[in-house]
Amino acid sequence: MLEQIEGSKAVARAVASCRPEVICAYPISPQTHIVEALGSMVKGGELKSCEFINVESEFGAMSALIGASATGVRSYTATASQGLLFMIEAVYNAAGLGLPMVMTLANRAIGAPINIWNDHSDAMAVRDSGWIQLFADSNQAAVDLHIQAFRLSQDVSLPVMVCMDGYILTHAVERLDLPEQESVDKFLPPFEPRQVLDVDDPVSIGAMVGPDAFAEVRYLAHAKQMQAMELIPTIASEFRSVFGRDSGGLVRGYGLDGADTIVVAMGSVLGAIEDAVDELRGAGIMAGAIGITTFRPFPISAIREAIGTPARVVVVDRAFSAGMGSILATDVALALSHQSVRIYTVVAGLGGRAITRTSLVHCLEDAANDALEPLTFLDLDHDVVNRELARMGKDRRSGPSAENILRDMGLPGSG
Amino acid sequence: MAYRQVKFYQTGSFAVGGRLLDTPERTVQSGMSRTNALTLGHRACQGCGEALGARYVLDAAMHATGNKVIAANATGCLEVFTTPYPETSWQVPWLHSVFGNAAAVGSGIAAALRAKGQTDIRVVAQAGDGGTVDIGIGCLSGMFERNDDVLFVCYDNEAYMNTGVQRSGSTPPAARTATTEAVGEEPGNPWGQGKDMPRIAMAHEIPYVATATVAELHDLEYKVEKAMEYRGARYIHILVPCPLGWGSEPADTIRLARLAKETGIFPVFEAEKGEVVATSKIRSKVPVEDYLSLQRRYAHLFKPARRDDVIDAIQDSADRNIRRFGLLGEA
Amino acid sequence: MMERPFAITLEVGTSRANKTGGWRTQRPVYVDRLPPCNDACPAGENIQGWLYRAEEGDYEGAWRVSMEDNPMPAVMGRVCYHNCETACNRANLDEAVGINAVERFLGDRALTGGWRVEVEQPDLAGRVLVIGAGPSGLSAAYHLRRRGHEVTIYEASTASGGMMRFGIPAYRLPRNVLDGEIQRIVDMGVGIELGHKVCDLMVEMEGGGYDAVYLATGAEIARNAYIPAGDSARILDALSLLRTTAGMTYPQLGRSVVVYGGGNTAMDAARTAKRLGASEAIVVYRRTRDRMPAHDLEVEEALEEGIKMRWLSTIKKAGAEKLLLEKMELDAAGFPQPTGEFEELEADSVVLAVGEEADLSLLQNVPGLDMSGGMVHVDSTMMTSYPGLFAGGDISQAERTVTAAIGNGKKAARHIDLWLKSGGMWARLPGAPSKEEHQPAPAGERHRIAGWGDLNTWYYSDAPATVRPKLDMVRRQSTFDEVVLGLDEDNALFEARRCLSCGNCFECDNCYGVCPDNAVVKLGTGMRYEFDYDYCKGCGICAAECPCGAIEMVLEET
Ligand SMILES: Cc1cc2nc3c(=O)[nH]c(=O)nc-3n(C[C@H](O)[C@H](O)[C@H](O)COP(=O)(O)OP(=O)(O)OC[C@H]3O[C@@H](n4cnc5c(N)ncnc54)[C@H](O)[C@@H]3O)c2cc1C
Ligand SMILES: Cc1ncc(C[n+]2csc(CCOP(=O)(O)OP(=O)(O)O)c2C)c(N)n1
Ligand code: SF4
Ligand code: SF4
Ligand code: SF4
Ligand code: SF4
Ligand SMILES: [Mg+2]
Repeated sequence: MLEQIEGSKAVARAVASCRPEVICAYPISPQTHIVEALGSMVKGGELKSCEFINVESEFGAMSALIGASATGVRSYTATASQGLLFMIEAVYNAAGLGLPMVMTLANRAIGAPINIWNDHSDAMAVRDSGWIQLFADSNQAAVDLHIQAFRLSQDVSLPVMVCMDGYILTHAVERLDLPEQESVDKFLPPFEPRQVLDVDDPVSIGAMVGPDAFAEVRYLAHAKQMQAMELIPTIASEFRSVFGRDSGGLVRGYGLDGADTIVVAMGSVLGAIEDAVDELRGAGIMAGAIGITTFRPFPISAIREAIGTPARVVVVDRAFSAGMGSILATDVALALSHQSVRIYTVVAGLGGRAITRTSLVHCLEDAANDALEPLTFLDLDHDVVNRELARMGKDRRSGPSAENILRDMGLPGSG
Repeated sequence: MAYRQVKFYQTGSFAVGGRLLDTPERTVQSGMSRTNALTLGHRACQGCGEALGARYVLDAAMHATGNKVIAANATGCLEVFTTPYPETSWQVPWLHSVFGNAAAVGSGIAAALRAKGQTDIRVVAQAGDGGTVDIGIGCLSGMFERNDDVLFVCYDNEAYMNTGVQRSGSTPPAARTATTEAVGEEPGNPWGQGKDMPRIAMAHEIPYVATATVAELHDLEYKVEKAMEYRGARYIHILVPCPLGWGSEPADTIRLARLAKETGIFPVFEAEKGEVVATSKIRSKVPVEDYLSLQRRYAHLFKPARRDDVIDAIQDSADRNIRRFGLLGEA
Repeated sequence: MMERPFAITLEVGTSRANKTGGWRTQRPVYVDRLPPCNDACPAGENIQGWLYRAEEGDYEGAWRVSMEDNPMPAVMGRVCYHNCETACNRANLDEAVGINAVERFLGDRALTGGWRVEVEQPDLAGRVLVIGAGPSGLSAAYHLRRRGHEVTIYEASTASGGMMRFGIPAYRLPRNVLDGEIQRIVDMGVGIELGHKVCDLMVEMEGGGYDAVYLATGAEIARNAYIPAGDSARILDALSLLRTTAGMTYPQLGRSVVVYGGGNTAMDAARTAKRLGASEAIVVYRRTRDRMPAHDLEVEEALEEGIKMRWLSTIKKAGAEKLLLEKMELDAAGFPQPTGEFEELEADSVVLAVGEEADLSLLQNVPGLDMSGGMVHVDSTMMTSYPGLFAGGDISQAERTVTAAIGNGKKAARHIDLWLKSGGMWARLPGAPSKEEHQPAPAGERHRIAGWGDLNTWYYSDAPATVRPKLDMVRRQSTFDEVVLGLDEDNALFEARRCLSCGNCFECDNCYGVCPDNAVVKLGTGMRYEFDYDYCKGCGICAAECPCGAIEMVLEET
């Protein structure tokens, strides 16, 4: 059913069609519209047999989902940024306990400095938590991935996080194909938990595990992720057969034929990248792109297969590990470790900075000419940082640089 | 005293059971078919009040619900001594998530049960004092104000025991812990800090709040069973002496719990919707010293020099409890 | 059963594999301690034992436990001075358990219910002669008969009961009660020859073909006090006053009666005088009240009835209607010394109650008896130095009470039984087993007494003693109706349930409940409990919280 709709509301509809039974809501931009919409569906009676809990914190949200999931119901919440960090102990716990649930992460930067705009820092902060992390590159993908996420989650008994770029996707209104309820019901069988708190068959969940078995538990967690890796394409193809569209999967290639400069990225930036690829191809540069849909488990083989043997790979990352560099690029480099290829990292779109096609095209041209720095911050204001660096050099105690930079730029400091 | 207290029959209803009492007047614990929700082989210290309290509570809850209880447990001694892989001592469905979220996990379980239409199954969330009054207070307060159908039980041993006896918001003044050592001008835990969780719970005006100790089983079971008659958020705060953390004889666990009540140090009462509706009267008032002197965490009040100022101050606060809750007089 | 995710999710109850008993340095053990009441009872009654039954409302069972030791609960429930209550731990809590009142309740129930005692049929029955049908003789006869022996009592008097009949007045011990309990013993097959006064024991022993003899002739000679008296002075002794009164002939004592002496007999004499019409009954005693040998309760009851007391006084002279008294004072050692101060007291008659002595004349021909101090001396088996001759009761001991007499009778019966079986009957029965086969069983080890400190009295709910109702005063002062009335069933049950069960498990379930390690196994009603040493960590809570001290912690051997 095609509809002109905001991304958040579309996701809410998709989630609702999966018949969640417990939803926890806690406000944080840019995720709020999703839970608000779900809340009104529950309250309005459209979403039946569902408990909508206004929790007191994200930690409470995730914790309540842990309880709900262990009791055998389909559970859902959405968060972003600070909210994700606030719940992080429980995030790890949900994965460690192998509890199926789905969480939307409306990707947003992490403070300080506090910033409500999009980047992938939040998702990266929990990349080792044991959750499955799927990235939507469009709102249609976001809708579809949520449906697949519920399926995947219950099939492998792991929590699944669907990442969608805050504002860029969550607040974008576009024409989307919303799934019909019957199709979802067909695609998503009833939830049969692997372990459940059952008064007729009691178990103790959440034991303390010492050195004697902890490594095994971790190994098994990894094995489950590997199972998920196998399952994700299967689920995607089932999805195609029910809904008639390609969606999900591990990676998605664009213009890879004969490409010698391949851009790898996640999320909504792929749209701009595809445009840039088209433009570069037009200019005779053999560019291509790979979008990573499944970030955890990290699809090394799928990437290898898709990428072939290009001369260079440019990883466009919306997150950044200070002191190290791009997280995504590190992972991609691992996937490419079997071959010799130049890897460029472009850190772009931090804290909501727009990634323009022009800048991208420039940058990729440089890369195609091997004139790009190995690590590039797209559209960085070099004057500002240089001034600050100079000051820092003079006076080691020059105050928080974020505020200094803002002052230099003539913007009011964030109080 | 709200349960029917039987007097005159030898031990009346003060002891656990007794062949002279009619079966309904005996405790759940006295029954040969009690659940033993917490069973043999757990690894709590000798004389652990928390182990005892937890069995009391869950068996009573099982009894009250026809064996339909799911428990959520915070990190802490109770979790560690019951579920070290590969053995668990629980015999009820039980879930441990993390330290500070037992109340929220309980909320989630309750929500799931409601969604499934299984509201005959009831939820008990439990934590130590640290998991309740400190790190868990956010989730707990949320559970309270939403009036989720969860009975939250705090096993108060007045410190973070599992991590080696550090101060919590429930540690009483002057008590020695590993982070409030008995050194300096004011040895032990400082005065004027800490939280009175039962009264905080009452401020949420939830249907039921009660305190109890492991020394009065009839009272404790009555409160658990009564709590199970209500829907919504309920809170029971149970004093559970800890031989390790308190420096007391394992055999004195129940005695100390009794003395805590009989001195007025630990007021035992019930409240409905924020109002105190019943108090357990002190049977024979004893000076706080009788209680303090049995515990090495208070040893510095007696040696090398006797600290009458501190003992008196503790007596004053016990007396204030007695006034505030009307703990003296006929039961 | 679902498949469990490895390590994170565990099968319930699996910690049973972890045997925590290994942590233990001390172990709890269940013990039975001797309750102080039992210990103090001169008749050796298992008081706690019968209260345990009575608590449950099993009165007949309770009575039967009592009858193991004491053949006359209805009598004892009235006249015993209840040392048990003095020793009772409950006194430290509020007031002693009204043991005596419950005993009486049980005794009376038995009489109305016509409950009987079985007689054993032993392989070998002896023939035992008992002399004197006072409490001691009757007790010995009862216990011997229960063991199946043939028993005959020779009783000098025309009625049995000894001092219970001819000393203790009817207002304290109604005769139907006494008769009922004696009759029950007779019904067991004990033969009593009334009016058979034994004058020479040697003759009776040799002639009667008895295997053993129990001598229980009491102490029935009133001691005399020399008082210079005018001819018209009316002086009589308390025993004969009580004896005639018991025979329903009421002597004329006049308006004012002085009783001389401070013992129980004096109290009974004074109270009897009052009932016989004396407007003044005054007890004159050499020392102070606290030194009076009379039991406190008796003094109390006498005072209630208007008996006057003159302490620190002796009678110097008795005239027609007046007595001359000398005031005394106590010296440092507590002995009364004359002061030389005199006063007069009106008295129509003087009753002497200055003690009783045993008549030992029937023993003159028994060789080798130790009768120093006017008593027949016995060894620890109650046997005199003459083989086969046992003695007990007032004739052989200083504690002259019905209870002690009954206790003696029981103890003697046990030893007579053993003595008979271990050779006393040897000569008479050719088929009798050899001496070696019948060694007296060594006395069982006595349990440690359950003292106040062994109890955790917090658990006992508050229950002050029941007050025994009493007859109204007018009737007390003018009739021989029983003064102290019995308990009704509610009261008796209540009173029994006040017992703390010192030192003996009463199945309160505390140990079962309070063990943090679930290491106490409840075996079911009446079957008590067991420790599961596989799991018991030896914390000692069970022992600390056992109300009655029936659990002991002992060091684990390493
Ligand atoms: C006035 C009074 C009140 C008392 N009140 C109490 C009381 O309240 N509580 C209490 O515990 N004690 C009381 N006593 C004491 C108690 O009665 C005696 O200690 C007890 O009766 C002694 O029992 P006995 O069997 O040894 O002797 P007795 O009771 O004296 O019995 C001896 C029996 O032997 C018989 N007899 C004696 N000589 C011969 C013989 N040659 N041949 C055959 N038969 C013989 C006697 O006739 C008598 O029947 C009281 C005593 C008196 C005098
Ligand atoms: C978030 C977090 N912080 C700290 C800890 C360490 N920790 C585990 S148990 C515990 C103390 C528990 O104290 P309390 O709740 O009073 O229970 P007790 O052990 O005394 O029964 C602490 C501090 C933890 N597990 N998680
Ligand atoms: S430290 Fe205290 S609470 Fe913890 S197991 Fe030991 S006695 Fe129990
Ligand atoms: S309380 Fe009972 S057992 Fe203890 S001394 Fe008294 S009567 Fe005997
Ligand atoms: S605690 Fe109670 S049940 Fe256990 S031994 Fe003592 S009296 Fe018996
Ligand atoms: S309470 Fe339990 S563990 Fe402690 S000593 Fe008694 S039986 Fe053993
Ligand atoms: Mg604690």
